[in-house]
Amino acid sequence: MIQAIAFYLFATMMITSAIVTITARNPVHSVLWLILAFFNAAGLMVLVGAEFIAMLLIIVYVGAVAVLFLFVVMMLDIDFSELRGGFIRNAPLGLLLAAVLLGELVFGILVSSAGDLHIAKAATVAATPAGLSNTAAIGALLYTRYLFEFEAAGMILLVAMIGAIVLTHRQRGDTRGQNVSKQVARRPQDATINLQPEVGKGVQL
Amino acid sequence: MTPFLYSQGLPYAWAWAIATIVEILLIALPVMLSVAIVIYLDRKIWAAMALRKGPNVVGPFGVLQSFADGLKVFLQETIIPAAANKALFLIAPIITFTVALLAWAVLPFAKGAMLADINVGLLYILAISSLGVYGIVIAGWSSNSKYPFFSAMRASAQMISYEVSIGFILICVVLWSGSFNLGAIVEAQRGFGLFGLINGFWCSPLLFPVWVMFLISSMAETQRAPFDLTEAESELVAGYQTEYSSMAFALYWLGEYANVLLMCALNATLFWGGYLPPINLPVFYLVPGLIWLILKILFGFFVFSWVKATVPRYRYDQLMRLGWKIFLPLSLAFVVVISGYLMLTGHFA
Repeated sequence: MIQAIAFYLFATMMITSAIVTITARNPVHSVLWLILAFFNAAGLMVLVGAEFIAMLLIIVYVGAVAVLFLFVVMMLDIDFSELRGGFIRNAPLGLLLAAVLLGELVFGILVSSAGDLHIAKAATVAATPAGLSNTAAIGALLYTRYLFEFEAAGMILLVAMIGAIVLTHRQRGDTRGQNVSKQVARRPQDATINLQPEVGKGVQL
Repeated sequence: MTPFLYSQGLPYAWAWAIATIVEILLIALPVMLSVAIVIYLDRKIWAAMALRKGPNVVGPFGVLQSFADGLKVFLQETIIPAAANKALFLIAPIITFTVALLAWAVLPFAKGAMLADINVGLLYILAISSLGVYGIVIAGWSSNSKYPFFSAMRASAQMISYEVSIGFILICVVLWSGSFNLGAIVEAQRGFGLFGLINGFWCSPLLFPVWVMFLISSMAETQRAPFDLTEAESELVAGYQTEYSSMAFALYWLGEYANVLLMCALNATLFWGGYLPPINLPVFYLVPGLIWLILKILFGFFVFSWVKATVPRYRYDQLMRLGWKIFLPLSLAFVVVISGYLMLTGHFA
C-alpha cells in the first residue's frame, strides 16, 4: 500500500519535473527541475531496493553534475528566445530522433522479455544474493566478474579527464606563478638589511 | 518505539508513522535548541580568546542572547529585492536549513539508536551534504546582485573541491570498518587502539593524519573560518546573505551552525568512537553513551571556534591549492596505503 503510494508519487513527480525541465522558459529553472527529477529517480531506486545506486545517483548527478550545469547556465547569459527561433525548422529532426528513441525502447523491452540472452546477465540470477548487502554484492561483482570492464571504464574516464585538462590548459609565458616552497623558505635576513647611517650621510643600497 | 505502540493495539502502519514522527521531533528539536546554545558558546569562546567578555546581558551569563536575537530577527520585516527571483529567493534558505537537519537521521546516538538504520548511511551523509551547496548557489543567483553571485560561485567551487578529498577520507574509514553503516563504524572502533585501551580510529598512526585532513576539510566544507571566503566581508559584504533579512537570514544562520554541529558529530562518530567512551575500561561505560557523544561534539566545536579565533582567512588561490594539490593527492595516497596495509595484515580475510 505505502509502497504503491510512494511509487506513484515519485513517478508522477519525476515525469512532471522532466516535462517542466524542457518547457521552462528560464534555463536555471530547467536545471532545478532536472535536479528534482534526479531526486525522484533516486526515490524509485530506493523503492526497488537498490539503495547504493540511489545514493550514487544523488552524489554524482545532483551533487556534482547538476552543480556544474547550474554553474555554466548561470555564468553564460544565454538568450533562449534566440535558440527557440529555429524550432519549426528543427522540428522534423527532433521528431525523427524521438521516434528512433521510442522504437529502441520498445525493442529493448521486447528483447528483454523474450529472455535468455546470456551476454548481459550475471551468473547469479538474483539481483542481491541473500545475506549480502546491496553495496557488498555490487562490490563483489565489480571486482571479480567485471574487473576488466570496471578498469577499462576507469581508464576511459581518466583519459577523458586528462584530455580535457590538456585541451583547456595553456601555458602563458608572461605570467609569474607562485612558488610556495620558496616563499615559505624565505627568511627575514634574505629580504631585509639593517643599516645605521650616520647623520648627514646617505645610504647606498 | 514502533513495537511499543504496536503492542498497545495500534495498527502497524499507524504505530510506525507516529513513532517516526516522534523520533524525528526528538532529534530535530534538540538539534535546533543546541544550535542556539552553540552560537552563544561560539561567541563566548571567541570573546575569551580576544580577552573580551562576550554576550553577558540577556539572562545569567548571557545564555539567552541567542534566543533574544532570534526573537528580534523574527519580528523584523522580510525584504525581498524588487529584481530578485522571488520564489527561488525564499526557497534557498529553506533548502540550506532543511539539508542541515536531514543528515542527522543516520547518526547513532547510542547502540542501535538511530532514526534510519540504513546500510548506506555514510553515502547518505555524503549525498545530503553535497546538496548544501544548492542553498547557497540559488541564493546567490536569485538575489540578482553581484556580491551574492560572486559568493555563490566561490561556494560551489569550494564545496565541490573539498568534497572530493572528504570522499577519499571517508573511504579510508569505510575500508577499516568494513561498512557504510555508521553504527557498524562506531562498533568497529571499540577497543581499537593501544592494546584495546582506546576507543576511536584517531589513535592509529595511519588514520591520525586522515583525521587531521578531515578536520580541515570539514572546516572548508562548512565555510567556517579560515575558509569563510563566501562571506569575506572585506571583499563581498556578507556574501550570499547580503540581500537577506529577517527570518530568511536567520535560517541561514541556523543552517550554518547546524552544519558545523553535524560536521563535529561526524568527526566524533567516524574518528572519536561516537557514543563509546574514549577509554575502553568498564568504569567509563557507567556514563551514558549520549553524554560521551555530546562531549565529543562539543570538543570538536571548541576546536572549530578556536581555529576561527586564531587563524587568519585564507586567500582564494591558497584555498584551491590546498584542496586540489595537497589534500586530494594525500588522501588518495592514504586510501592506497591503508588498503595495502589492511591487505598485508589480513584484515579482509
